[in-house]
Amino acid sequence: MNRTSAPSETSASGVWEDLVTTALLGTDRRPAASAGGSAGAGPAREAPVALLDAAAVETVRRRAGLRPARAARRPDRAPADPRPALPAAAGRRLALLLADRPGTGGGRRGTSPDLMELLPQWLAAANAHGFAAPPESLPALLDAARGRTDLRPAALAFAGPRALWLARLNPDWRFALRAAPGGGATLPDPDDAGEVERLWQEGLFAERVALLTAIRTHRPAAARELLAGTWATERAEDRLMFLDSLRTGLGIEDEPFLELTLADRSRNVRATAAELLSALPDSALAARMAVRAGACVALDRTRDAPTIVVEAPLECDTRMERDGVAAKPPAGRGERSWWLGQLVEAAPLGTWPGRLGGRTPQDIVALPVADDWQAELHAAWCRAAVRQRDPVWARALLGAPSAPEAGGPGAVSLAERAKLLGTLCAAERAEWVAGFIATHGLSEAFQLLGVCAVPWAAPLGRAVVDALNIARDAGSYPWSFSGVMGLAERCLDPVEAGRLDGLLAVPDEREDASPGAGGYWAEAFQRLMTTLRLRAVMADELDAARHGRAPAATAAGPGG
Amino acid sequence: MTQQGVRWSADQVLALAPDAASRKAGSKLAAAGPWSEAGSSDEGTVWGLCKGSGSKPYQTVVDIADAAGPAYKCTCPSRKFPCKHALGLLLLWAGEDGAVPTGKAPDWAEEWLAGRRKRAQEKRAAGGAGSPSGGADPEAARRRAERRAERVGAGATELERRLTDLLRGGLASAEQAGYGLWEETAARMVDAQAPGLAARVRELGAIPGSGPGWPVRLLEECALLHLLDQGWLRRDGLPEGLAATVRSRVGLPVSADGPPVRDRWLVLAQYDTADAKLTTRRIWLHGAESDRTCLLLSYGAAGRAPELALPVGLALEAEVSAYPGSGQPRVALGEQFAPPAPAAIRPPGVTTSRAAARYGEALRDDPWLDAVPMTLDRVIPTPDGESWQLADADEDAALPLTPSARSRPGLWRLVALSGGAPVKVFGECGHRGFTPLTAWPEGPGQAVPLC
Repeated sequence: MNRTSAPSETSASGVWEDLVTTALLGTDRRPAASAGGSAGAGPAREAPVALLDAAAVETVRRRAGLRPARAARRPDRAPADPRPALPAAAGRRLALLLADRPGTGGGRRGTSPDLMELLPQWLAAANAHGFAAPPESLPALLDAARGRTDLRPAALAFAGPRALWLARLNPDWRFALRAAPGGGATLPDPDDAGEVERLWQEGLFAERVALLTAIRTHRPAAARELLAGTWATERAEDRLMFLDSLRTGLGIEDEPFLELTLADRSRNVRATAAELLSALPDSALAARMAVRAGACVALDRTRDAPTIVVEAPLECDTRMERDGVAAKPPAGRGERSWWLGQLVEAAPLGTWPGRLGGRTPQDIVALPVADDWQAELHAAWCRAAVRQRDPVWARALLGAPSAPEAGGPGAVSLAERAKLLGTLCAAERAEWVAGFIATHGLSEAFQLLGVCAVPWAAPLGRAVVDALNIARDAGSYPWSFSGVMGLAERCLDPVEAGRLDGLLAVPDEREDASPGAGGYWAEAFQRLMTTLRLRAVMADELDAARHGRAPAATAAGPGG
Repeated sequence: MTQQGVRWSADQVLALAPDAASRKAGSKLAAAGPWSEAGSSDEGTVWGLCKGSGSKPYQTVVDIADAAGPAYKCTCPSRKFPCKHALGLLLLWAGEDGAVPTGKAPDWAEEWLAGRRKRAQEKRAAGGAGSPSGGADPEAARRRAERRAERVGAGATELERRLTDLLRGGLASAEQAGYGLWEETAARMVDAQAPGLAARVRELGAIPGSGPGWPVRLLEECALLHLLDQGWLRRDGLPEGLAATVRSRVGLPVSADGPPVRDRWLVLAQYDTADAKLTTRRIWLHGAESDRTCLLLSYGAAGRAPELALPVGLALEAEVSAYPGSGQPRVALGEQFAPPAPAAIRPPGVTTSRAAARYGEALRDDPWLDAVPMTLDRVIPTPDGESWQLADADEDAALPLTPSARSRPGLWRLVALSGGAPVKVFGECGHRGFTPLTAWPEGPGQAVPLC
């Protein structure tokens, strides 16, 4: 560095870099060349002081002279969200629900509601109203959806197009792009045959699954043809996933393709194809299974009362295997009953009345079954009723909710009953479960309540509250019923809150009751009540716009 | 203005919470269930009875009209401040129509309020009468100040020696010397009653471990510390304003003796920083008429929220007085004439080039400034490699975000709010970049806090 050069001619960064180098090495090793000169204060000062003086001047000069940087490529604008804005009160509520993250508190729940548990139904209600999410809430929404996969569909629907725009900028939120119908905007229009074909041929597996699912939703036949075109070259695991996406919009037109896939190299693919075909009662496979199953089950009229007799298959031939029957039973099961179960499950239920003397499903279920085959046969019919979504058979197999065997270990397990209930309409489901609870209490009801529509229909709600009341009077602790209590908080219709009034007080302790149980019950009922009220308020806030009530914030305006 | 107009938003209420656990606990009490006899008055008082685990409900009352932020009283045993009951009550009041009806305060609430008003009046009276006779013995005070100035002077001289030793041996040796050297020097500066110098010294210790480019940053900070030392040692030759700035930077006690300025002050941002001993709360205010941006500081013991709380988006009609020193934004809050209320006003903003120039100009008054408060108009949050910048919508210019701002969740709220469209952003603009603190959407909409 030149001692005599004027500061204006020296490049500013050169001076600074020289100072940094000197400072790094130390003035003992590298006497400051330019420092003394530029300050011009004479030789009296020590070298380090001169260096510090010069560095101070340079530091302030550099900072004062800072200029903005060149702008990087600005992001594209997020697509517009045409939905109306959330009412102000509902927006505040959302902020509260999202602030209640798991792990930010803990301990006993007390009487206050569990806000995170209310988020799913808040989202469902907001989506039903068609409101747009406030943009500033999107990061919290995406974080919540990231932590809870069950929230994702509703949260992402509510979050809208801007959330997908945002997710492309943050790797933490990639899941949103995968979960979004069509993986965001990257999927081509289903009508754009060229683009569809290109992505199908060149895309990654996840993209191709998304593409196939999207097209299947709109045009089932097109999706099937797309898949058939490349079927032979797909890998076995991929074939299984692709085939599974045909479940949506399954119809008899799919039969020829599915029949072909019955000959697939992969056993899992064959089984899935057979399962799909057996869900189509008019398919050839269903007819073949009907013949096979019919040969095993017959009506014996020679006895005093008409009785079903079962002759399980003696062998599992290759054609049965081709139709999806697994030849090898799981450990501990007999081969013949294993085969029988699969045949009956895959046979169309519509064949049985003709086969068994023109009886209705209800009468058929009531018939005695010879030689302990009843459990096996009824269980197979249950699976068939669920697979073929047949409410008449489901009703017959469920039986009366008050029947003693409904609550105990009968021919039909609770899990199967829950699945059977799924084939009935919401009102019928609720009524059956209400009847069940009235007879058998709550201890077995959790699984069944889970399939009922929310909010619970009036009879069901009443049955649950009554049963809780009975449980309390019986002297047990409320946490024995915490599962049902939690469900009730989320599912009971808020208009039922009035029925809880009598239950909120702490009753006098009885001698036979568990110590302190009364207080805990009162607390649990208070929480239930508080939660119901909160849900009613939440619904009102979202309804505000519809009822023409001005949301609070617009009334405020530019205050002052 | 209607009663509704004065209501706060849930975010504003939650900003009062001392920690995340309180926020959660308060949110749970934000439903009508546990509350009875809740009510509010037009003077800005909210009260209610909250059913707790005991037989007797807790009596909770909040005075939101107070000049120094809301005041709380609750009969619960919690040591959190405000407790979850006060937060729940305010959330209930903020959230639901009709959940907290307007009415007359019950006796227990009225009693507390009356006591507060009385104390406030006495304080005002005492303040009015007390200040002229404040220095009981001016001669003794002068001697005390002189003694302290001597000690600070000795500290500054010692620090100068340490800095020159460091530069004689080279900064490279500082990397090996590690943290202990600086801790010891900082302790010496505390002994010299120069806490401002001590804090700067302590920060020097962290620089060698702060990643690539540390020699540049260490030289900068050493040079500025040297400048401050020299400023103190030669303060008699400095202009009065700059001398005051040096005094406050060194850490001498100063009091807000500027003339009171009355304005409608919009709360721009509020955020806390904490170290092992102290929680510091910074609240940025903007005067609607004076167009001044100023800073309120409030302190709390570690782990406790400072008492002063002013949620973003509210405006208060109040007087503030400046602390001495040129280019110093700090003020003290004086008398308040109306309770804080939501306001739709926004501060005027500038372009990124103007913002950078303003920071440069501010260094003339205070060369130790790391950043200045700044509102940017029409900027778009833009990804720039691993980093982010605020790009001008209308010019080819952008300010990078500071490294700390990049890792905060507020960044994503800002990006979401913008959606690629220009937004107005308030924050701190300095040599490390821009730290966004609050943003407003392009169209109508409330202020969104980012910190």
